Amino acid sequence: MADLVEQVLAKEIEKQANYKTIEVTKDIDLEIDEGNLLAVDTNPFDIRKYKSKRDVCLKDLARDNAQLLINRIFQLPTEKEDGVVVVKVPKARAFTKWEEYAQMKGIQNKKRSKMVWDEQTKEHSQGTENKKYDYRNIARVQQTKVPGVGLTPTDAPSKDHVSKALAVAKRSTASVGKFTDSLRKEKPSKFTGKKRKFEENYGNLKNETSKQLDILQKLKNKEPVVDVARAVNTQMMEENSESSGKTPNRGKSKGFGGGKKGKGGPKGSFKGGKGFKGGRGGKGGGGGRGGYTVASNFLRNLVYFYSK
Amino acid sequence: MRPLTDEETKIFFEKLSKYIGENIKLLLDRPDGSYCFRLHRDRVFYVREDMMKHAGNVSRKNLISFGSCFGRFSKGGKFKLHITALDFLAPYAKFKVWVKPSAEQQFVYGHHVMKSGLGRITENTPQYQGVVVYNMNDLPLGFGVAAKSTQECRHTDPMTLVAFHQADIGEFIRNEDALV
Repeated sequence: MADLVEQVLAKEIEKQANYKTIEVTKDIDLEIDEGNLLAVDTNPFDIRKYKSKRDVCLKDLARDNAQLLINRIFQLPTEKEDGVVVVKVPKARAFTKWEEYAQMKGIQNKKRSKMVWDEQTKEHSQGTENKKYDYRNIARVQQTKVPGVGLTPTDAPSKDHVSKALAVAKRSTASVGKFTDSLRKEKPSKFTGKKRKFEENYGNLKNETSKQLDILQKLKNKEPVVDVARAVNTQMMEENSESSGKTPNRGKSKGFGGGKKGKGGPKGSFKGGKGFKGGRGGKGGGGGRGGYTVASNFLRNLVYFYSK
Repeated sequence: MRPLTDEETKIFFEKLSKYIGENIKLLLDRPDGSYCFRLHRDRVFYVREDMMKHAGNVSRKNLISFGSCFGRFSKGGKFKLHITALDFLAPYAKFKVWVKPSAEQQFVYGHHVMKSGLGRITENTPQYQGVVVYNMNDLPLGFGVAAKSTQECRHTDPMTLVAFHQADIGEFIRNEDALV
């Protein structure tokens, strides 16, 4: 009896040894995207193991990661459909805004490597972009001029590339493009090489100051002479002071709106009337002419500021 | 470090003149020595000529500040005044706002000035005019923009804003690492 138990146990152990455990531990958790059935392993790679036993190492890694992915899928809620247990995989990750935009515009993230495969010589060599700097370095050492690499043909020229080619083509005449006609609405090229130029730092400070004073003068000339907002403000102020029963000082000089006709004007609606205080009695201020007086008063204020 | 271009000078003066008007002339033409404006890392510095020449010996990367910084050009090309310019704005300010002692702290903590905190305001201040803000002891606290004209200020209720905060001396502590 005991023999049999032992035999069964041994068999079980042997059987288990053939199958690996479903529990896999990783230092860094995998990024698992169930929607795409994708697992990304960011753990550092054991290079030593890889070099000694390449196949085993890769197989193990693939198994472990696949196990983790399957584990995750098994955690998803299950459903029964036609007698089969199925799992609803979540929707694939939505595109980010940038990814959507990049797809729309056809932008591809491409890495430019320094070395380019040369079909003729069957070896890697530096690409033209890098060669440009190489030439430049050599030229600097030899103190000669940098040879122009010019534009190299590309399979799918970008907008920039085309406009660069246009700029080069326009200049590629015996007279360096002096007589090249431009189109009617052609914009000036971005690639003609405009140099930034600034004034000297330690130049003549007096000239600099006088130049700045000129600019200041120009700014001052640009300002309107009539300050409408201020005139309106003053107007408002006068009206207020009048309605509160005071006679404005400036209003005395001229007799705007001080008509003596028109009895029964509304109380307190006088506008700068000479010698009237607080609108007592019904004299002056012309009942129907209130609007006119306001306008004329405003005009006077304008004139006042103009003369200032 | 370089002098400002004409375009930059224009933008800079336009902003500066909102606060001190044509008194910019007094900054340029000084009897006590020749001063100039220099641009360094988008910032405008106001500096004495000889100091500028000394500063010129320091490499661009290592030069942090010289003279006093007036403000900086934003990437969009606008000019923003910094609180460090207050020393030069305050003596020449054309329009001023005085705040009551109770509202002083509010302003220095970066809040706008309300009518209730308004002690005094220069007569005939137009709306949106650049103003220098003082406390009642005439100590400059910062500067901002008049939200209401002097006239309108008289009639508004105590909770309305009368001056928008732009910069205050509290920034010397709050914003220490960004000031030069």
